[in-house]
Amino acid sequence: MALPKFQDPDLRSIYEKVAAKVRLDREDGLALFESADLLGVGALAQVVRRRLHGRRAFYIYNQHVNYSNICINGCKFCAFSRKAGEPGAYEMSLEEIFAKIEARRYEPITEIHIVGGCHPDLPFSFYLEMLRGIKRLRPAVHLQAFTAVEVAHLSDRAGLSVADTLLALKEAGLGSLPGGGAEVFSPRIRQNLCPEKLSPEGWLGVAQTAHRLGLNSNATMLYGHLETLAERVDHLIRLRQAQDETHGFLAFIPLAFHPQNTGLSELSGPSAIDDLKTLAVSRLLLDNVPHLKAFWVMLGPKLAQISLCFGVDDVDGTVMEERITHMAGAQTPQGLTRAQLRALIREAGCEPVERDTLYRVVEAA
Amino acid sequence: MMPRPYEIDEIDGIEGGILEKLIPGGRLDRLAANRLWDLDLLTLGSAADLARRRLHPESRVSYVIDRNINYTNICVSGCRFCAFFRPPGAPDGYVLGWDDLAAKLKELKDHGGSGVLLQGGLNPELGPSYYERLIGCIRDSGLAVHGFSPPELVFWADQWALTLEEVIRLLVAAGLSSIPGGGAEILMDRVRRLASPHKCDSAQWLEVMATAHKLGLKTSATMMFGHLETRAERIEHLLKIRKLQDETGGFTAFIPWTFQPGSTSLGGEPLGAVEYLRTLAISRLVLDNVPHLQVSWVTQGPKVAQLALKFGADDFGSTMLEENVVAATGVGFRLPREEIETLIRQAGYQPRLRDHRYNLR
Repeated sequence: MALPKFQDPDLRSIYEKVAAKVRLDREDGLALFESADLLGVGALAQVVRRRLHGRRAFYIYNQHVNYSNICINGCKFCAFSRKAGEPGAYEMSLEEIFAKIEARRYEPITEIHIVGGCHPDLPFSFYLEMLRGIKRLRPAVHLQAFTAVEVAHLSDRAGLSVADTLLALKEAGLGSLPGGGAEVFSPRIRQNLCPEKLSPEGWLGVAQTAHRLGLNSNATMLYGHLETLAERVDHLIRLRQAQDETHGFLAFIPLAFHPQNTGLSELSGPSAIDDLKTLAVSRLLLDNVPHLKAFWVMLGPKLAQISLCFGVDDVDGTVMEERITHMAGAQTPQGLTRAQLRALIREAGCEPVERDTLYRVVEAA
Repeated sequence: MMPRPYEIDEIDGIEGGILEKLIPGGRLDRLAANRLWDLDLLTLGSAADLARRRLHPESRVSYVIDRNINYTNICVSGCRFCAFFRPPGAPDGYVLGWDDLAAKLKELKDHGGSGVLLQGGLNPELGPSYYERLIGCIRDSGLAVHGFSPPELVFWADQWALTLEEVIRLLVAAGLSSIPGGGAEILMDRVRRLASPHKCDSAQWLEVMATAHKLGLKTSATMMFGHLETRAERIEHLLKIRKLQDETGGFTAFIPWTFQPGSTSLGGEPLGAVEYLRTLAISRLVLDNVPHLQVSWVTQGPKVAQLALKFGADDFGSTMLEENVVAATGVGFRLPREEIETLIRQAGYQPRLRDHRYNLR
């Protein structure tokens, strides 16, 4: 009896590898990205997703704090960054940050997610005070703070090694690092788009140092601008190698490029088909990273829901007051409630599970 | 070793009966159609895509340049899912002026439009001569009139004391070219009594379409879902359309779209994108005799609309230079022609212009 088969015959050999749990190589990654059979690629990713997580889909009750957009890097893909004194530049004082935390004190938030620019003047003590002060207000929350790019910048500012910088931050309350700032590791792209930014070696070095100090981190890839499909595959494989060494990445989060208000506003950004394929291929190549997250702020709730059928097991959080993507023209709402997230997950045929930063199950209060 | 097909064991653990029934081209009966809901999104999508490729082996996606002209928002029907209508006597009720109409037609011509989707409320003040003039104006400007819907036609038959056939003949004589499939909502009277008790019932809706088809008019059919209906009632809706199509062959396309609760008395949360795509794919599989399946970018947005092309749809609908009914719920997607073409190309298809009877231009 003839049953529907992969439209793309190249996917059959990859299916055999996936079924046999054989690691996919660079050529497989390219074949997946180049395949016109979107649903076939998605089905392969689902094999892995279900093996790892069954029908569970995770979300977190979190709060975002983007403390400042003042940044010494002028990355072309960024709509958030400003130079000091430029219109639209802002920095929150410690009191303002604490007031934001205080304002949501009675919500069952388990994670506070803190990301900002590479500020030229703020002293290292500001960051340590920020973490300590938030911990004083909410001792139980997990602080996921400062991308590898910020950590490297702070180590420069403080005149400390990366390891000592991370130890000082950990001492002050840091729980883990978010995955931002990885962009695409290709030197060609970085020379063009973000020449001043921390190098790929530097980014991976910070992440791996963190892992060795017992701090987990996430990893990202900003896609849909000038990079080639091969450069995406190389990025994923480089992350996979690093994970083989230190095992500290919890989740991978592909970030869809939003062109509005950036130095690349002539581009259109990735299509929905590209979004889903990138998520699915990431699931297939990154066989050693436990979680794949669709950041709904970037994809929109509709596509984030669909992505749960394309390898994704995490839709991020309730998020309030996100600035970085919204300044790039994201039309998505500022926050989704728990009930909305749970309904979105259920409708995709998955079982909603509230997690903390380390993917431990949070029993609903 | 032969690869195992991914749809059955590995992914869902469901037995293969339903898909085996589909693949040789057999027809889904009520029981099999209802069991499609047990399949996961990708399984449904690949089966629907197979059905679509069998019907449309050319890899193209059609669309039409038009605008929705809503000649009046005054309506005695008062459907609970509608944010557009105003009852007679309401201060913001309107009937479109003739100069405004002429300006809208000119703008559409300038954009390369081939026709107008013309619809309005059930307005008791408007008689046959109004409609003859309205249709005539549009036809004389060189645009096709894709007009009205079964609830309007049933209402006029009653108001004007004519048979349905007489009403349709009168409109065709004035220049009506085809009829959109609006007002179908869910063709189950249990649901209609709750959501739209003053609107034509499902038998009347089907009777209008049967009469139009008999007179040689092509029509489309719609389904508005995600309000008070069950999934099984969506299947009944599809089966009713399929049965009539077996008899007349007059349906060109099926257009499912989701209820948008904003500013309606029914309210609630909108249905999500996964349920939209699943329902779309099931529509393709059940409606084996309706040639085209249209995406609803106006309710789903461009991203989901693009994906819908992988879930059985082969038509992108229209550029909708103007749209008022969905916009009244606060959902306001807009897509210029160039963007529609880009979305189609990115999905791997050739965009092709068509007219309202689905002939390629």
